[in-house]
Amino acid sequence: MNTSNATGRQQNSGVALASRRQRYWDLRAAGNFIGGGSGTGLIVAAAVAATSGTPFRVPLLLGLALIAAGLTLVWLEIGKPWRALHVFFQPRTSWMTREGIVASVMIPFGVVAAAAANPALTWLTAVLAVGFLYCQARILRAARAIVAWRQKEIVGLILAAGLAEGFALALIVGLRGGIGLGLAVAAGLAREFAWHRYCAALRREPGAAASLAVFGAPVPRRLAFVQRVGLALIAAALIVSLAGVSGTAIDAASAVLAIGGGALLALTSWGMKALLITRAAFTGALIVPVTPIRGARPESAADGKAPALVQRHAR
Amino acid sequence: MTRYVMVADLRRCVGCQTCTAACKEGNGTPPGVQWRRVLDLEVGTYPDVSRVFVPIGCQHCANPPCMEVCPSTATRQRPDGIITIDEDLCIGCSYCIMACPYDARSLVEEPHYAFGDTPTEAEAARRRKNLVGVASKCNFCVGRIDAGTARGLVPGQDPEATPLCVNACISGALSFGDIDDPDGPVARLLAENRWFRLKEREGTDPGFYYIWDKGTL
Repeated sequence: MNTSNATGRQQNSGVALASRRQRYWDLRAAGNFIGGGSGTGLIVAAAVAATSGTPFRVPLLLGLALIAAGLTLVWLEIGKPWRALHVFFQPRTSWMTREGIVASVMIPFGVVAAAAANPALTWLTAVLAVGFLYCQARILRAARAIVAWRQKEIVGLILAAGLAEGFALALIVGLRGGIGLGLAVAAGLAREFAWHRYCAALRREPGAAASLAVFGAPVPRRLAFVQRVGLALIAAALIVSLAGVSGTAIDAASAVLAIGGGALLALTSWGMKALLITRAAFTGALIVPVTPIRGARPESAADGKAPALVQRHAR
Repeated sequence: MTRYVMVADLRRCVGCQTCTAACKEGNGTPPGVQWRRVLDLEVGTYPDVSRVFVPIGCQHCANPPCMEVCPSTATRQRPDGIITIDEDLCIGCSYCIMACPYDARSLVEEPHYAFGDTPTEAEAARRRKNLVGVASKCNFCVGRIDAGTARGLVPGQDPEATPLCVNACISGALSFGDIDDPDGPVARLLAENRWFRLKEREGTDPGFYYIWDKGTL
């Protein structure tokens, strides 16, 4: 294995081998986390809309379609797609199995809820969708080789980001009432909080330098800025809504703010997720705590410490 | 109980990669996949520099994260501690690769060969089609162990019941055996020398020990 592209070298405890970027989960895997999050948010928004008597079929069906599309992308990625049903074999320990089980229950429920226009079934679908998103978050948390995923803060981030994306998309498909705007702003703020909490956890992790470097690069920083602009636009639309002012021009401007802000928030959050799954996913450094003592014993051997080790190459 | 483990004496390893070659030859792994690798490391700073060779591969953990995440139950733990992959169950989702802290697993999506699009005669004779599209890793040559023990042989002591990399090691750096046998060579080696295991803090209880000095811990 050539690790010449390795990064994240550390020498604090004597010996460490560089980490490297995972190369097995690509944009198709990222698409599952994007579709799962956005779909869940849309379904929850549909359930809220159903309660308030607003038409909810479009966001509900769109949410289900996004989740199904994400799962299809994963199906296209696995090495043996015709064995896909084997994914259900390990519910006792595997969050991937649990994700599949929840999805296989949720999607039929959602279709029936949409066909019957039933608010209660829609809420049941929303609860299952949140469970599905939680499974996705735990999938990443259980990937112990990947420093950027194994943080416990990833669970809150994936949940908040998914809801924020879905509520933002709900604005685009018409759920632009005060409740819809309020939910989008609240979820957007929750996502911001979860993101800062997650980045703080990464900064405390000795082996996360490479991931932090990815998130600190110019493109992700611009994405984060644009995301806040989107959130600000939605907040402006919410203020207009709360102020109770109306009129054709004001309503149109408010709609533009909500749709534009929703699009910016959803798209940039998707971009950050794609980075998280693909570019920022580095393995942890392999630490060799001590090196062998051959022949004459160097002084450093007395206390079990070894000189700093630099990896030249690994075959 | 029996728990098979591997011991690498880092003082003895010369980095010849014979273990790597023996593993590839015996297991028919495709190009780019090495179940047994030897890291070639550089210690110190000029002019006081030396080289260290660290054989690595699947650590056959007692608490394997790969098995916990595997959705298909393809990854299993035998009573003797060996972690195996059932290639007929694996769906190739790569989740186990993301969970293994030791970077011990591989997956090839397409069959490919050392020279061009067609296998050489040796590759054709040894290639395993069921390794394409599924996760793979070192299995301590479990077929040899099972065949050997069925004949009353002792893994780690009788070559026919011992992993190929251990048999091939030219310097005697690699040892294999049952760590629960207090009179066995592996238990004696570990009792008489100072050793470490990789990523102890992960709590995986790996079954791969590295000897680095004489004396007890």
